[in-house]
Amino acid sequence: MSFKALAAALMLAAIAGGPALAATPKTATVHISMFAFSPKPLVVAPGTTVTWVNDDEEAHSVVSDTRVFHSAAMDTKDHYSFTFTTAGDYPYHCGLHPNMVAKVTVKP
Amino acid sequence: MFSSDDDDTLTREGGVARRGLLKCMAWAGTGVVWTMAGGVASSALLGQAQAATRKTAGLTFVQISDTHIGFDKAANPDTMATLGAAIDHIRAMPTKPAFLLHTGDISHLSKADEFDAADQALKAIGVPIFRTPGEHDTLDEGHGKLFLDRFGAGTKGDGWYSFDHGGVHFVALVNVVNLQPDGRGSLGADQIAWLRDDVAHLSSSTPIVVFAHMPLWDLYGPWGWGTIDADQALASLRRFGSVTVLNGHIHQVIEKVEGNVSFHTARSTAYPQPAPGTAPSPGPLKVPAEQLRSVLGVRELTWKPGQGPLALVDTSLAQPV
Repeated sequence: MSFKALAAALMLAAIAGGPALAATPKTATVHISMFAFSPKPLVVAPGTTVTWVNDDEEAHSVVSDTRVFHSAAMDTKDHYSFTFTTAGDYPYHCGLHPNMVAKVTVKP
Repeated sequence: MFSSDDDDTLTREGGVARRGLLKCMAWAGTGVVWTMAGGVASSALLGQAQAATRKTAGLTFVQISDTHIGFDKAANPDTMATLGAAIDHIRAMPTKPAFLLHTGDISHLSKADEFDAADQALKAIGVPIFRTPGEHDTLDEGHGKLFLDRFGAGTKGDGWYSFDHGGVHFVALVNVVNLQPDGRGSLGADQIAWLRDDVAHLSSSTPIVVFAHMPLWDLYGPWGWGTIDADQALASLRRFGSVTVLNGHIHQVIEKVEGNVSFHTARSTAYPQPAPGTAPSPGPLKVPAEQLRSVLGVRELTWKPGQGPLALVDTSLAQPV
């Protein structure tokens, strides 16, 4: 399912309310802009799918410091998603510009 | 697109050749140089003698960098067109270069069709091309395997090599495969040891040209514009009387002289980047379309025996061909 479709499903679920909301996949978005990840520290619940979107003209990538996940090089407006199932800290960086660093924290 | 550009250039070169012939004919009978070789006199037209002297004394070559084929954003929607303009400048140089050095970021995203398009355009110049990868050329799943499969024949490690031409020793280094946490490039112990052995047998009077993608000195730390272990590599080169270090990566000309070593970064043919620290990030710099070619360029280098360091001429693509 694409990011847009996920977002649409989430909105529909929010409108519908009730038990349907609990079953809806959780999502979060990290924007890459001006050679920085935003939000830089991101806290999500287990089961959350995080989508990174490259808003820069320069290419970037998303590489887990502990090799849990990694994207291909992302051109402008390309995106990459990863679903976090296990609680913990997931520091990551840009493969082209390793001084661009950020972290996803997963906690129930 | 390529074939029509080629036709134009061939026609222009043909025109130059005809004019050259007419000049020689005008000199015939008046400008004759006599030489004695083995007791046998021979003559040559003045123009030919000068051409022969130029040919044997020294070396002219070209550095081109950061062509970023595949990039099509606001900073330059047509990187093939600006590469074409760079090639027009190279073909119009009064002295045909012996070869091209491409100091990396040939492609924007390491895609096969990007390498193909750049290669097809550059090969039309008709001289050998020596390459070293940029970090944009090693974005494939194999971290540079695609580049090595295409261009790495006869190279060592991640693609480093050396060769001699016209009395000058050339060394291609690779500093983009193992990028450091602070963003700088690195060479690694194996490459540094290889370089030490590679130059060990050379006389200290041999001019050395080193080329690599990322700057081989600490140019601007906050943007990772440097190579963490460059000093260890340069230690093997300090005894030489003339060392010229050519880099790309930062899409602008910045130069530094340190003893006998001179460092020179080059312009891109694709888009400019901001001067160190003058923008929040080093991303592509958007300039008005009519100014773009004035901040792109190519570099011609000439070496003549006994005349000291290499001469460098940077030409912007806005200058008339």
